[in-house]
Amino acid sequence: MSAGLSISPLDDGRARRLHESAKSTGGRGATRSTPRLERWLPQLVISPAFLVSVLFFYGLMLWVVLVSFTDSEGLIQYGWAGLRQHQRLWADDNWWRALWNLLRYLPIVVGIPMVVGCLLAILLDQKVRFEGSFRTLYLYPLALSWIVSGTVWRWLLSPDTGIEAWLHGMGWESALFDWIVRPDRAIFALSVVAVWHATGFVMAMFIAGLRAVDDTVFKAAMIDGASLPRIYWRIVLPTLRPTVFSAALILLPAALKTFDLVVVLTHGGPGQSSVLPAFYMFDRFFRRDQMGLAAASGSIILMMSIAIAVPYILGELRKQRHA
Amino acid sequence: MLEQRGRFTASRLAIYAALLLAVLFFALPAWFALMNSLKPLEEIQAGNVLGLPARWTIEPWIAAWSTACTGGPACRGLAHYFINSLLVVVPATVISTMWGCFNGYVLAKWRFRGSDAVLFLLMFGTFLPAALFVFPLSVIFARLGLSDSLVGLVVVHTLYSLPIALFFRNYFVGFPGELIKAARIDGAGLWVIFRRIVLPTAKPILVVVSIMQFTSIWNDFLFALVLAPSDQQLVTVGLNNLTNVQEDVAHHNTYMAAALIAGLPTLLIYIAAGKYFVRGLISGAVKG
Repeated sequence: MSAGLSISPLDDGRARRLHESAKSTGGRGATRSTPRLERWLPQLVISPAFLVSVLFFYGLMLWVVLVSFTDSEGLIQYGWAGLRQHQRLWADDNWWRALWNLLRYLPIVVGIPMVVGCLLAILLDQKVRFEGSFRTLYLYPLALSWIVSGTVWRWLLSPDTGIEAWLHGMGWESALFDWIVRPDRAIFALSVVAVWHATGFVMAMFIAGLRAVDDTVFKAAMIDGASLPRIYWRIVLPTLRPTVFSAALILLPAALKTFDLVVVLTHGGPGQSSVLPAFYMFDRFFRRDQMGLAAASGSIILMMSIAIAVPYILGELRKQRHA
Repeated sequence: MLEQRGRFTASRLAIYAALLLAVLFFALPAWFALMNSLKPLEEIQAGNVLGLPARWTIEPWIAAWSTACTGGPACRGLAHYFINSLLVVVPATVISTMWGCFNGYVLAKWRFRGSDAVLFLLMFGTFLPAALFVFPLSVIFARLGLSDSLVGLVVVHTLYSLPIALFFRNYFVGFPGELIKAARIDGAGLWVIFRRIVLPTAKPILVVVSIMQFTSIWNDFLFALVLAPSDQQLVTVGLNNLTNVQEDVAHHNTYMAAALIAGLPTLLIYIAAGKYFVRGLISGAVKG
């Protein structure tokens, strides 16, 4: 061991390690390089992950944006086409319909699960019996894929064989539940399934939030003579704002990505009436040989995702710096 | 006093009524699928779609598993789709979870220059729709001939799961630093500390994340549809083929049995480990 290192008894372990590494590589150079390696090791270890995420998430994303400026049709080509694909996209009635559908679909599949989920959570929080069974029954849709859910719902929603037929059989001859085959209602048929799928999850988030509310809040408000609904509305709900926020943050991007559900339930039909942007994009790329157009719609979807993600991420990072 | 008690029970009744009403809506598809998968087709055609079967049968389940047609000449049911799914889901779940765990640990405990940038890039990854990646991936797969086996699919799922490192990071940030410091003083390096000290304490988060990964990879449709070899399709695609096959008679009972088979693994996990399942979804449903 070289004399240059002062070793206190406390640092015994460190000394032993330095000693060993000095022995194995020979000389004082190694004793100095160990801490340096230590400093670089995390970067070395994390860099594969970093590189892969940059290449995978950002490389591929850039590629999609790039293709939207080319003349690709059935094959990827790199002839520059300027903004032509984008002009084509915004001149396409079906794209506008996809956006209009999204505009009707989003508020329903974010809003209804939020309200109903919150309500169910509050009801379950009243020390009801069989709470666990209720929760299980509300939440199981989450375990199922869109394909499984859609397969069952497609039958339930179809007027000849599903709920409508059953109501007719029960003697209610004028019952009408044919959203799935009506061009002006098909998007609401999709919404029914999406609401069914997401509500239990929002409920679980609200239950977690409610359990974190201090019991003394209730007691104090009760003593003041406030009624239970009033306590929830005025005192408890405002404290659940972070829950609302994170639920919205999960529901919004999920709704934006809706693809499987459209495929299995309506396939965009009847006609093109229930197309959503992600389905539009997929359809143009793989089924209609309009790759440039698909990439242009992909760029728009990407921009929508960025609009949701960036404010959230910046807030998160700031929070961590303060913590 | 008496009046008060009366009002009390009335409001209790209202609560239970509302909860039961919700059960009707949420449980309807499950009841519907289960009952019809246990009925002979004639009963369904006669209009009994919501009631109990008059004659119970497991024929539809057997058909869905081994003889139902899934398009083309193939009439071998869902069995081989199911096995292909397992071949993808099990390795993808294990690899992505372990890799995420290691990355998350490094991000949490070893501060280095640029770790904030890594964090930002990972977080952003959770917001990007998978549909965006499927185009370039399909082109790359075709170029490199990756569509010949299921390995490519395992790789893609692993890469797409990279942001799960964030859950591990958030877990490890709360992990006491003294233990690691002591181990470092004892001369343990990054890897030894990870294997000997961190991994054994990370069991709860490992369970949560692997359940989450298993569920989302099993339920994936988009990657499976585009990137799987045409002779080794996965179960979500198989189910979709099976129910869209052109037949003279729609075998609704078989379709329902097939849907239940395709949903069974994740449902069983949900029933067996519901608590972990919910926790994982709450902390991590951003991805998907």
